Amino acid sequence: MDFAFLGSTWLTLLSGLPLTLKLASGAVSCGFVLALAVAAMRVSGSRLLSGPAQAFVFAFRGTPLLVQVFLIYYGLGQFRPFLQEWGLWPFFRDAYWCALLALSLNTAAYSGEIIRGAIGSVPAGQIEAARACGMGRLTAARRIIGPIALRQALPAYSNEIISMVKATSLASIITLMEVTFIAQKLISQTFRAVEIFVCAGSIYLLVNVAITRAVWALEWWLSPHLRARPREPAALEAAHA
Amino acid sequence: MKGLAGFAFVIAGLAAAGGASAQTRTVRIATEGAYAPYNFTAAGGKLDGFEIDLANELCARMKAKCEIVQQDWDGIIPALQAGKYDAIMAGMNITAKRREVIEFSAPYVRETNGFGAAKDSPLAKLPDIARFDLGADEAATKKLVESMKPTLKGKTVGVQGSTIHANFMDKYFKDTLDIREYKTTEQHDLDLLAGRIDAIFASNAAERATFEKPDFKDYGLVGPKFVGDVFGVGVGVGMRKNEPELKKSFDDAIAAVKADGTLKTLSMKWFKADNVPQG
Repeated sequence: MDFAFLGSTWLTLLSGLPLTLKLASGAVSCGFVLALAVAAMRVSGSRLLSGPAQAFVFAFRGTPLLVQVFLIYYGLGQFRPFLQEWGLWPFFRDAYWCALLALSLNTAAYSGEIIRGAIGSVPAGQIEAARACGMGRLTAARRIIGPIALRQALPAYSNEIISMVKATSLASIITLMEVTFIAQKLISQTFRAVEIFVCAGSIYLLVNVAITRAVWALEWWLSPHLRARPREPAALEAAHA
Repeated sequence: MKGLAGFAFVIAGLAAAGGASAQTRTVRIATEGAYAPYNFTAAGGKLDGFEIDLANELCARMKAKCEIVQQDWDGIIPALQAGKYDAIMAGMNITAKRREVIEFSAPYVRETNGFGAAKDSPLAKLPDIARFDLGADEAATKKLVESMKPTLKGKTVGVQGSTIHANFMDKYFKDTLDIREYKTTEQHDLDLLAGRIDAIFASNAAERATFEKPDFKDYGLVGPKFVGDVFGVGVGVGMRKNEPELKKSFDDAIAAVKADGTLKTLSMKWFKADNVPQG
């Protein structure tokens, strides 16, 4: 084991981390907003709204993200005259925006389904109870359905966030110098694939450990009713016995 | 089948080491399949190109059975070391850096490298030198590079990653150009056409093959055409170290195709130029 090499590799790879994080957080944020819209369309009960949402989910969940990145970057690149006419070219010219768009749309499709599932899992009795208490639809959605669905969705949604962090590595194929891109460049210079990929993997692992912990903390904070009650002090119990 | 082929190769290797002459052995050769005219994937998914033809010629002379496999460029050396195949013929130039990790046969092609850009691009004003040897005269090289910098300043250039072309960019124009690294040359060609990059930098043969396509009629080779230094001594067959038997058979076969004119014929067919290395 050449620890000096591992150390310097790790530091070099870290220079790609800001871009990786920027892509992941950007995609998760944009994707979440889109996912809310997709979920709302899906549960709206109107065929006119739910149909397009279903088609969107079907297309983006059913095709590989790699293909989506390629199509958005290289595919749309071939329609430059049209895009220029519409004033969209500055957006599609930049590899960063193309990657962000592909990742956002992809995560929106998955997250939309997660949110729809979570909303669907809110027990009908609780919604009825809310209505019986005199809450309107919006109030019930805000005070009852929303919070319960959020708790339901969190474990699955944390999976999605973690997938997105890893999926940013696909941006390397469209020339973005994130962690995986730098790793491949280092390999081409040194041919030491194993050590370099171990370092790159460990960076993703650390990011994902942090995300997992953060989501756990959020889950804990959101579900006080599931926590065990604090124990009575042992001395007191002994005194009663 | 793969297992059987590997087994056959081991047996053949043992037989050769034992001094007996092996009748047919299987040599697995990796190519990239995305670097026309060296090697590319034809419409039906079949591999074709200069190196496919040459590999078959070499194998016939080595009395070996050849199996050509496709491998992505950036993993082509690690996979050789991992024993996925026995040789690389993928337009790979013999450089000192690669020599540290793998063995090369004698070169079978030597050609020039340069920029490709739109014919009306400012880069077209770069000095047109038919063959500039970067390694010949340090002062002259420095002077030429400096004279090119004002024209190139701030331009975006695409190169394939993990190549001598990427090394050239890093060494000479790192601070002048915005360098984008692609997985294959086909991808930087697409981005040149899309206008995302101002120029590409690759081997002139690959660029000529690209610019022959009707979509690229407004593009052409621009600026000096380089050899030497980072570009090495030419393209050779890459092999694992410590396999002198295999190296000797490739060297002998290359000498044979050079001597009988087959190499020149293939070069004329695919490169439309005589790129046979001299000496």
